[in-house]
Amino acid sequence: MTEVSAGELMVAQAAGEIRDGETVFVGMRLPLIAFVVAKRTHAPNAIGLFELGLIRDRPADELLYTMGDGPNVRGALWCGPMIELMGMLQRGEVQAGFIGGAEIDRHGNLNTTAIGKDRQHPTVALPGSGGGADIASLAQRLIVIMPHDKRRLREKVDFITSPGRHVAVLITTLGVFRFHGGEPVLESYHPGSSVDDVRANTGWDLRVAANVHQTPAPSAKVLEIIRGYDPQGFWTRRGE
Amino acid sequence: MSIAIGCALEPAIPFAFAHELIRQARRELTLIGPISDILFDQLIGAGCVARVEAAWVGNVSAGLGHSYRRALEQGVPRWIEVRDHSNFSIAQALLAGAIGAPYIPTKTLLGSDIPRANGTFRESVSPFDGSPELLIPAIRPDLAVIACQVASPDGAVDFAGPSGVSRDAALAAGGVIVVAERVGEVERPMFSPTKVVAVVHEPGACHPSPLFGAYERDHEFFHEYHRATRTTAGFDAWIAEWVNGVPDRAAYLRKLGPRWEALRT
Repeated sequence: MTEVSAGELMVAQAAGEIRDGETVFVGMRLPLIAFVVAKRTHAPNAIGLFELGLIRDRPADELLYTMGDGPNVRGALWCGPMIELMGMLQRGEVQAGFIGGAEIDRHGNLNTTAIGKDRQHPTVALPGSGGGADIASLAQRLIVIMPHDKRRLREKVDFITSPGRHVAVLITTLGVFRFHGGEPVLESYHPGSSVDDVRANTGWDLRVAANVHQTPAPSAKVLEIIRGYDPQGFWTRRGE
Repeated sequence: MSIAIGCALEPAIPFAFAHELIRQARRELTLIGPISDILFDQLIGAGCVARVEAAWVGNVSAGLGHSYRRALEQGVPRWIEVRDHSNFSIAQALLAGAIGAPYIPTKTLLGSDIPRANGTFRESVSPFDGSPELLIPAIRPDLAVIACQVASPDGAVDFAGPSGVSRDAALAAGGVIVVAERVGEVERPMFSPTKVVAVVHEPGACHPSPLFGAYERDHEFFHEYHRATRTTAGFDAWIAEWVNGVPDRAAYLRKLGPRWEALRT
């Protein structure tokens, strides 16, 4: 079996955050594959929400590039207007949500809007919230997935797109942080990384769990599901 | 003029309409919509846009929108104003517009910088329980452009698939232009056709986005656009080839050739 990529490791970790029977805002990219893994392993009764107006009780048959692709619509439990899905979120009926971000701070606040101090004239214009800020505001538990870089894991972000108060876990390309008392604590580092490596690439004073350990490799079954769903590694970027 | 377009988010985006706006060199537009994939990026790069009211602007499967970045970071081809939203805040603004309410109170975005950046929201407390809430004022677009599978000649829309904010955008707007894959009888219209000012029969109008039941998404086209538009010159060449270089949508589809046929379901 080829070497496990950071993307695959992140997907496997993210899948573990979905509990059986939960209603989850899935989103795209790696979380989408995490939903597939969770559904086919420990969480067969999880329900996936896609904010444009789709609810699914089984994953789409093919790899998705956007949540509006045909394969995601076919076989949907429900499809309709976005306001009804967002209403579910505001009614408190969504247990967990996934989001990514360009920057995160040590309180879990995420920036996907703009790098730089002036939002109207930024250094880098990022795409914006989409549904991310709503999921962060209203889902009971937030799972954040993003690349690990000192410029991305910052003491303070330039713009709070998505408030961090519900962040439960941060999964990066180097490790996994669990939030305790609103602050990220390093729980595990991925194979090839280390506590020191994570510290060197993190922009805040690192807190480390007493039982910090290496992130376990995904099981053969989980890897098979990931590679079966995304054979070219379009989202998991195998070989990169 | 303010236009709500791409209201179903990633699918059913009426690119044919946007391309005609570019060919006619329309200016000073305000674009309204949650996401609209690369349609907003194209109109911004072509200099048609003065303001964007959106939750997300970019290229959904490929990444950042190069034209959007150039406009905000360098004022190329011009500076634009951004009025930040989230998907839920813009959906509620259009819902308020749809039902004639001045605003809608919500619990989303508390603790986010979006309200301050947007500038039109108000922080408040509920008169019932004193809890914090945000007031989202109604958006009433001048025009909503809705793409659909079938429309009747008098403007009744039959829409299949996830619909995003389409219905509320149509109800909130001053007028509605319907872009239909097919013209035929519609039994249960998505919204009252009374505000529809035009029905345009334009097959393939949404390519490269998908129209459920008619054609799939052309993923590679989004990636080609992303690669081609990294520079201003590259963007101009792309527009020259795919927009100004074709007189209408039928010619655009002929230019796509067998690639278009392969996407049809």
